[in-house]
Amino acid sequence: MRKTFISQHPSVLWFLAILGLFTVFVAVMSEASGIGLISTSMVKTLGKTLCLALIAIAMDVVWGYCGILSLGHFAFFGIGGYAIGMWLMYARTESIITANLSSQVIPPTPQEVTDAIGNQIFGVVGSSEFPMLWAFSHSLTLHLLMVVLIPGLLALIFGWLAFRSRVTGVYLSILTQAMTLALSLYLFQNDSGLRGNNGLSGLQNIPGYEDASQASISVAFFAVSALALGLGYVLFTLVLSGKMGSVVKGIRDNEARVRFLGYKVENYKLFIFTLTAIIAGIAGALYYPQAGIINPAEIAPIASIYLAVWVAIGGRGRLYGAVIGAAFVSLLSSWFTGGGVPPLNLGFYTILWTDWWLVLLGVAFVCVTLFFPKGIGGLFDYLVRKPS
Amino acid sequence: MLRPILFLVLFFGLAAPAYAPVHAQELTLQTILQENSDEITKPKRRTVSTALDALVASGLPQVTQFLEQWQDKGVWLREDDGLYFYASADGGDLTLTDIDTGAESTVPKDGFKQLKPNGGVRRVIATALVQFQLSDPDLARRETAVQSIARRPEASQLGPLLASVDGEPDAALKARKIQLANFLSASFAEDPADRIAAIESLSTDTSIEARAVLNQILNAKPDVAPRTDAGPEGNIARELKPGSDLSSEDAYAQLVEAGFAQAAITPAALREAIVSNVVEGKVGGVPTAQLNSQDNRVKAYTALAEDGIVPPFVTAEEREAAIEAHVFFEEYSEKDPAITTAALDALNSIETRVAAAQTVDLTLDALSLASIYFLAAIGLAITFGVMGVINMAHGEFIMMGAYTGYVIQLFVPDYTLSILIALPVAFAVTFGAGVAMERLVIRHLYHRPLETLLATFGISIALQQLAKNIFGTQARPLTSPAWLDGAWVVSDVIQISYIRIAIFVMALMFLALILFVLKRTRLGLEVRAVTQNPGMAASMGINPDRINMMTFGLGSGIAGIAGVAIGLYAKVTSEMGTDYIVQSFMTVVVGGVGNVWGTLAGASMIGFLQKGIEWFNPSNTLAAQTYMVLFIILFIQFRPKGIVALKGRAAAD
Amino acid sequence: MAQTPKLVTLTTAALLASTSFAMAECADPIKVGVLHSLSGSMAISETTLKDAMLMLVESQNAAGGLLGCEIEAVVVDPASDWPLFAEKARELLTVSEVDVIFGNWTSVSRKSVLPVIEELNGLLFYPVQYEGEESSKNVFYTGAAPNQQAIPAVDYYLDELGVEKFALLGTDYVYPRTTNNILESYLIDKGIAPEDIFVNYTPFGHSDWATIVGDVVALGEDGKQVGVISTINGDANIGFYKELAAADVSADDIPVVAFSVGEEELSGLDTTNLVGHLAAWNYFMSADTPENAEFIAKWKAFIGDDARVTNDPMEAHYIGFNMWVNAVEAAGTTDVDAVRSAMYGQTFPNLTGGMAEMLPNHHLTKPVLIGEITADGQFDIISQTEPVPGDAWTDFLPESAVLVSDWKDLGCGMYNTETESCVQLTSNY
Repeated sequence: MRKTFISQHPSVLWFLAILGLFTVFVAVMSEASGIGLISTSMVKTLGKTLCLALIAIAMDVVWGYCGILSLGHFAFFGIGGYAIGMWLMYARTESIITANLSSQVIPPTPQEVTDAIGNQIFGVVGSSEFPMLWAFSHSLTLHLLMVVLIPGLLALIFGWLAFRSRVTGVYLSILTQAMTLALSLYLFQNDSGLRGNNGLSGLQNIPGYEDASQASISVAFFAVSALALGLGYVLFTLVLSGKMGSVVKGIRDNEARVRFLGYKVENYKLFIFTLTAIIAGIAGALYYPQAGIINPAEIAPIASIYLAVWVAIGGRGRLYGAVIGAAFVSLLSSWFTGGGVPPLNLGFYTILWTDWWLVLLGVAFVCVTLFFPKGIGGLFDYLVRKPS
Repeated sequence: MLRPILFLVLFFGLAAPAYAPVHAQELTLQTILQENSDEITKPKRRTVSTALDALVASGLPQVTQFLEQWQDKGVWLREDDGLYFYASADGGDLTLTDIDTGAESTVPKDGFKQLKPNGGVRRVIATALVQFQLSDPDLARRETAVQSIARRPEASQLGPLLASVDGEPDAALKARKIQLANFLSASFAEDPADRIAAIESLSTDTSIEARAVLNQILNAKPDVAPRTDAGPEGNIARELKPGSDLSSEDAYAQLVEAGFAQAAITPAALREAIVSNVVEGKVGGVPTAQLNSQDNRVKAYTALAEDGIVPPFVTAEEREAAIEAHVFFEEYSEKDPAITTAALDALNSIETRVAAAQTVDLTLDALSLASIYFLAAIGLAITFGVMGVINMAHGEFIMMGAYTGYVIQLFVPDYTLSILIALPVAFAVTFGAGVAMERLVIRHLYHRPLETLLATFGISIALQQLAKNIFGTQARPLTSPAWLDGAWVVSDVIQISYIRIAIFVMALMFLALILFVLKRTRLGLEVRAVTQNPGMAASMGINPDRINMMTFGLGSGIAGIAGVAIGLYAKVTSEMGTDYIVQSFMTVVVGGVGNVWGTLAGASMIGFLQKGIEWFNPSNTLAAQTYMVLFIILFIQFRPKGIVALKGRAAAD
Repeated sequence: MAQTPKLVTLTTAALLASTSFAMAECADPIKVGVLHSLSGSMAISETTLKDAMLMLVESQNAAGGLLGCEIEAVVVDPASDWPLFAEKARELLTVSEVDVIFGNWTSVSRKSVLPVIEELNGLLFYPVQYEGEESSKNVFYTGAAPNQQAIPAVDYYLDELGVEKFALLGTDYVYPRTTNNILESYLIDKGIAPEDIFVNYTPFGHSDWATIVGDVVALGEDGKQVGVISTINGDANIGFYKELAAADVSADDIPVVAFSVGEEELSGLDTTNLVGHLAAWNYFMSADTPENAEFIAKWKAFIGDDARVTNDPMEAHYIGFNMWVNAVEAAGTTDVDAVRSAMYGQTFPNLTGGMAEMLPNHHLTKPVLIGEITADGQFDIISQTEPVPGDAWTDFLPESAVLVSDWKDLGCGMYNTETESCVQLTSNY
């Protein structure tokens, strides 16, 4: 079985090999190993890029294969981040509070501990009540489950409603955009119980590993992100091979025809939508401990549009295209806006790339859409001549 | 109107001369000022009246001018000798005017300090000036005086105000004076019957001032007394029931404050007492290690209390009993029940009117919001509806229009003229941009609607950043002409700014214009033909390319005009487009694609809905927006094609 | 992809020529990180501060640099993206190896940077008025704490304007929320009934103000003097003030005091209808002192635009940078711990007169100014207090009244005076 799977999908082997080599290379060159050719901040950036690549392949599956242009997948990404962030924040604060309270003359009552934690976490945003949302924040297991369950459930309910009413095409895009807008507006409220605009911060400090250096934590997260990306890649390749894949691609190309052939189009769409939402949630849960902070601006509608941009530039309908797109655009973007590119002197005007990068990206994006609909991934077709 | 005049007659006799001039020898204004120099140089609202009284009592004719100059920050202090002058600054020089003699001189500014009385002091000065200004020949001064009375009504003003009514030549001001006299009578008249009469006359007046007068009369303070059969004494507003009208914590706190009960021991105080009484690892016999529960802490505390070390613990039952034994109530500060009853009746009758007026006001606000959404979305509705093209750069066309207005105001300083120029120019600029975009990009993507969404998004971020590079990140002013300043005021409750009315009218005009173009012109006929069946239209000799181009240009041009309108009432920044793009999409989708009426319905629904939700939850606008988006999501589930569904190219995706 | 963008920094080396001879013996320049957003929504405010920092570095180099070395400004762009602030801060400290960072505007960006700065023992100067309730060993807060801006402004309302009913309007984020919480508690202490405090929060960039302004006007219906305290942020102010002007709300009837509206924000507005409304800051451009005149002249020359204004956070950077320079000279090194110890007790003249002093709680003493908006977009200063020492933990909320911050003697930023123990050594983020 494994042999046939790989021989059917040689790109998977290539991808896993490159990803594995890259992971080992980064780990060896990092500060954690002592060589330190790659700085910790670079390792964090690369680890985050892998998470973005993971949500990008999810986006590619839902858009490039199934034809649903979802402009809301970053909402699931953010929910994953919030779910893990709540535990991280609670556990970190709890250890600080118990350490402080245990040094006092009389032991604290449970109420005092809860009050102190609540005050520490929510005092910043002007309240000290523990919201209902945080009822399970002491349990890592439950929160790991929430990383998977909440995006999955939300996608299931939303998708069931939308697909059942046959909302398709552009309407569906706008509906998904409205969903992420509603979620970010909700989170922006201070009363939401998730610290409003401030979001959850200090997530890079992992409770229980207070003594570990950020250098080793960052490499660990990098490796886990690489593993998740590899697994996600294999999972989606499996899902999209065989009959399932053919039906899904059929839906993309002509939904009505597939429906007339007797397939329950809605169920297939719902399955893909929910599965990709879960993967997006996992990607988010790995991303935000590396970023250190999550807040509602992360899931504003623009983020999901950028996600579509990455996939389009990388090349739709091929998983490695999405990975390339996400990595290429996000790294290039941080290179340009970070001032790494020397200013271009035109004689009469000097182009500072911090100012002009977005203009360049926008124009490049229009050009890709117009002239290279297959994206960067399309270049591989010229390298590898396929028999078909 | 009869009653106020009655008061006028009644009080005419009371109106005594405002002040009796004191004739002192060689009394100059400067000497009085020097005597009160502390309060003149650094006046405080609460204490400045001593200086003002001294000034007014002097009876000097210069006092009025001095007070006016002082109020307008026109008085300067020479720091080395502490003398005061009128002065006006001109560059580095001052033109000094002697306070008493009026002699002028020009000196350098160094060594002089401008006196800047704060807003509170200026208001007190204004009150002091009232008596001089009420019958001044200058209308503006009289108006200032009347305004000042309205801001700080005092009992002593009633007489002078009534005295000035008869001689008032200006009809509007006279009416205002009578109204004010009425307010003052309601609060300050000596005879209760007069007050009640004045109060009753207010029962139809929805102005905030009238309600303020009544509410002041009905001012009540909470109080507590031991429960007796007769009930509490005094003019009681209402009794408060602990548990429903006020929480039992508050009730008990009130008891403690009134000295009827002993303060409850808070958990913090309990902890404090325990911590400071640890003896050999135990508190009241309880080992400290066991003090991690509230029950054990209370036990330890009770033990301490029994030893008399700490005050006794107040149990919940004791608190309940104490609350039970007392009656909580609110008492009017006005002693006469007849007056408070009259005021209450008048206020109730006003409140009914106010509630009705508020509904009208809310409707106006909602209409205004709807018209803004409509303007922002109508251009999009045309391109989206007719061509099935999602234009993510629509918001940036709005921004381009607003910046066009800004640039034109840089060159044409007259605001009226500049807006008149800006509207067509903004249309032309965005029309051009729209046509260019259609020719260069969208034309190639007609068979791939989802990709137009992405390509136009690319254009959108590029345009946004370009605007930032050209105009900077600061918000730019787009100022409306003076005749659009201010608001249309029906009453204190119902008012709406002229600029919003202008936007509303503009939205109506565009609605009419677009309907006219679509229904009555050749272009409109062709557009509708292409919408319904492009292939058939083309075979009838219509050039779909040209129609698409014109439609797109029209939609974009309208966005430009909307930009000017939105810039006038809000702000002009490079990011203003993003504020409207999602809203506009929702307006179009909710309304139903490809139909002007649909967009109108969508905009109205969203506008009214948003205002409605805000009304339920006025302290959190963000929550209102969240609920609205959620509602829209649900709405689309049940009416996927919007309020006004349409058949045709767009409807078939 | 293996090509690592290591030099993700924009170095400003244009200042080399004028001063290089004096610093021949110095191998490496002293590096000053500038962490302000140059793109995105906060660029509107923060770009100015980046320019101000470049100006300060330039003039210090012209005066002979620092410890015989030239100062080099390392400018990065965190793009108003809060997680990016943490990333860029780490880069500044580990890749560019800067000696100090001047940066941040929003509270959330500061909270994002805090764990990184504390982990790597960096030094941050934060120049903006903020909500307090925080104290980090590695941050010097040169902007106002609530007791240096909000509380004096409320006192002015109570004492001078006789305000009896308060409308607290704010943008929905942490600074307005916490400030309003403190103010509510303070007002209730001062005898204002809870029902006389109206609170409203609006989203960032809110533009539909008609209903809210109407609600505020209606507050006057019980005959009490109404005053508005605005913590509305950024662009939203433009719509708010336009609506206020349209509703003809005069400062004499309902005064509005703003904590986030300065000269920069007013430049996007026609202020003729707003004359008399107030703002509270520690600095106004109109302050009449020789230091300020010199600072303004220098700024206009540096930026090459006579119309540009100065504002309060610029003054905070001015004081912070000069204090840091003096502390480095006193310590003889740029080592963070040595500089930190040398910072305590540093004094430097304010641009508004008097001396600013750095306290052991990492805050400054500053005078509080209240200004009235004038028709030319400036502020007329009508009240100036004596210098007020900044307080990290407010005295008006029960939870933080028991906390003090003292990094000099107690060595703790969150010291509970009741239990006499240090709650935590890191800051709360």
